[in-house]
Amino acid sequence: MSVTETVGQATIDTLAYLGDLTILTGRSLHAVVIAPFQGQRLRVERAIHQAMAVGVGAVPILSLISFFIGMILALQSAYELRRFGAMEFVANAVAVSMTRELGPLMTAIVVIGRSGSAFAAEIGTMKVNEEIDALQTMALDPVHFLVAPKFIAMALMLPCLTTWADFMGVLGGSVFGVAGAGFTFGSYIHTTLSALVLRDIVTGLIKSVMFGMVITAVGCQEGLSTGLGAEQVGRSTTSAVVKSIFMVVLVDLVFTMLFYLTAPHS
Amino acid sequence: MTTSNENESDAPVNEGIAISVRNLRVRYGDREVLHGVTFDVKAGETLVILGGSGSGKSTLLRTLMGLEKPSGGEIWIHGKNLCCISAHDMAELRKKLGVSFQSGALFGSMTVGENVALPLREHTRLDDSTIEVMVRLKLEEVGLSGYENYIPAQLSGGMKKRAAVARALAMDPEVLFFDEPSAGLDPIIAAGIDDLILKLKKAFRMTIVVVTHELASAFLIADRMILVDKGNVIALGTVEELKSSQQPRVRQFLDRVPEPDVAEDEGFLDRLTEHLRL
Repeated sequence: MSVTETVGQATIDTLAYLGDLTILTGRSLHAVVIAPFQGQRLRVERAIHQAMAVGVGAVPILSLISFFIGMILALQSAYELRRFGAMEFVANAVAVSMTRELGPLMTAIVVIGRSGSAFAAEIGTMKVNEEIDALQTMALDPVHFLVAPKFIAMALMLPCLTTWADFMGVLGGSVFGVAGAGFTFGSYIHTTLSALVLRDIVTGLIKSVMFGMVITAVGCQEGLSTGLGAEQVGRSTTSAVVKSIFMVVLVDLVFTMLFYLTAPHS
Repeated sequence: MTTSNENESDAPVNEGIAISVRNLRVRYGDREVLHGVTFDVKAGETLVILGGSGSGKSTLLRTLMGLEKPSGGEIWIHGKNLCCISAHDMAELRKKLGVSFQSGALFGSMTVGENVALPLREHTRLDDSTIEVMVRLKLEEVGLSGYENYIPAQLSGGMKKRAAVARALAMDPEVLFFDEPSAGLDPIIAAGIDDLILKLKKAFRMTIVVVTHELASAFLIADRMILVDKGNVIALGTVEELKSSQQPRVRQFLDRVPEPDVAEDEGFLDRLTEHLRL
C-alpha cells in the first residue's frame, strides 16, 4: 500500500470513528432530553447508580492527586516568582491554573482511568456474552438502556469532581503558601478568592462537562465495537483509555482556544 | 421505506405460516454467508435448523431475530417483513418473540428474578407485586423456583439456560428461538433442556425455532427440520423424511462421516503453491 493510500485510509477511518462518536452522543442526548417527552422512560435509578460509581468512588484518589498537583504548582510558580520578589502571586498562579486547566484535566484523566475503561470493559463483556444482542431482542435499545444513564452520570459528576479537585488543589497550594511563601492560611485563601473571576471557574466547568461526554462516548463506543473473544475486551479497554486521553486533550485545546478568542480584552 | 400497511398487504397469504423466509441472502463484507435461503415455519410447530460449524445456521437465526440485516430476500414474521420494517414496528414485533441464547446471555449485574422481570418492567405497566408473581410463575415453568435471588454466576450451565428460557417466556411470546440449547452441557442436563422444550411445545403450542448441531436432540424435539450447508438449505422435511434421505451431503451429516482429508494430491499441492505461480 502506498503512503497516499495509507494516509487516505487512516483519514477515512478517523472520520468514520468521529462519526460513530457523534452518532452515539446524539442518540444518547436524544434518550436523555427528548425521549422522556415521547413517553419513554428515563432510567434515573441507573444514572444515580452510575453517578455513585463515577463520582463518589473517585473522590479519595482525586483528592490526593489534586492536593499534590496544587503543591507542585505552588512550588513551580515560586521557582520563577521568587526571582522577581513576587511570592505573593503564588496563590494567584495556583488558583488560575487549577480552575482553568489542571482541575478539569486531572479530573478527566482520573475518571478515564477509573470509569472510561470500566465502561468499555462492562459493555465489551456484555457484547461478548451476547447480552447486547439479548437487549435488542427484548426490544430494548442498548443506547437508551446502557449508554444514556452513563452520559447523565458523567455530565453531572465531572463538574462536581472538578470543583472538588479545584478546592483540593488550592488547599495543596496553601501548604506551600503557608510554609514557604509567607502567607497565613487565611491570607492565602483570601488572595485566591481575589485572584479568581467567575469566568475562570465557569470555563473549567464547561470543559469538564465536555470531557465527561467525550469520555462516555469513547468508552461506550469502544465497548460496543468489541469483537468476539475475551482478549478483545482487553483491547477495547486499552483503546478506550488511550483514545479518551487524546480526545480530552483535543477538546481541551479547542475550548481553550474558544475561550481565549471570546475573552473580554481588558 | 414501505409502511407497515404495505408490508401487511404484501405478506404471503397463508394462515398457518408463522415465519416465511424467501430467497434470503446475507453477506459479511464481500463474503456471502447465506445464498438465497427459502423455507416456512408453520404456526405451532418446532422447526430445527441443523447444520455443521460455519454452515450459516447461526447467521440464519440471527437474521430471523433481526440482529443481522439481509442483503437480499424477505423474512415475514406474523405478516411483517423484517427487511423493510420501521423501528417502531420492529420493537413491537420483538415483544412477541422470545430468544434463548447459546450462552444464556443473562445480565450478570442482575439477579435471576430481575433478569426475568426486565421485559415486564420495561414493556408493561404491571405493578411490582404482579411482576413478582409472574417471575415466580416463569421460573416454576422452567424448574427454577426459589432461584429468584441468585445471580447468574452462581448458577450451573443448565440452570443458566433454564433461566434464559424463563426470561424469553416472560412476555408470553408467540415465537421462541433457541440457539444451540444443548451446547456445552452434559448429556443428562442436555436431555433436561430437550424435555423443557417438549414441555413448552405441549403446554403453550408456541412456534419454536431451534438451531443445533446435536442430532439426538434435534430428532427428539423437531416436527420438521432443515439442513443448512455452505449457506444453502439442502434438505427440508419431517424427521422421518430427513432420516430416509439419500442425498449424499445429508447422509454424510446424519451418519457423521468426516470430510475427506485431501481430495486428490495434485490439487492439494497446486493450492499450496498457488501464490508462487502468480
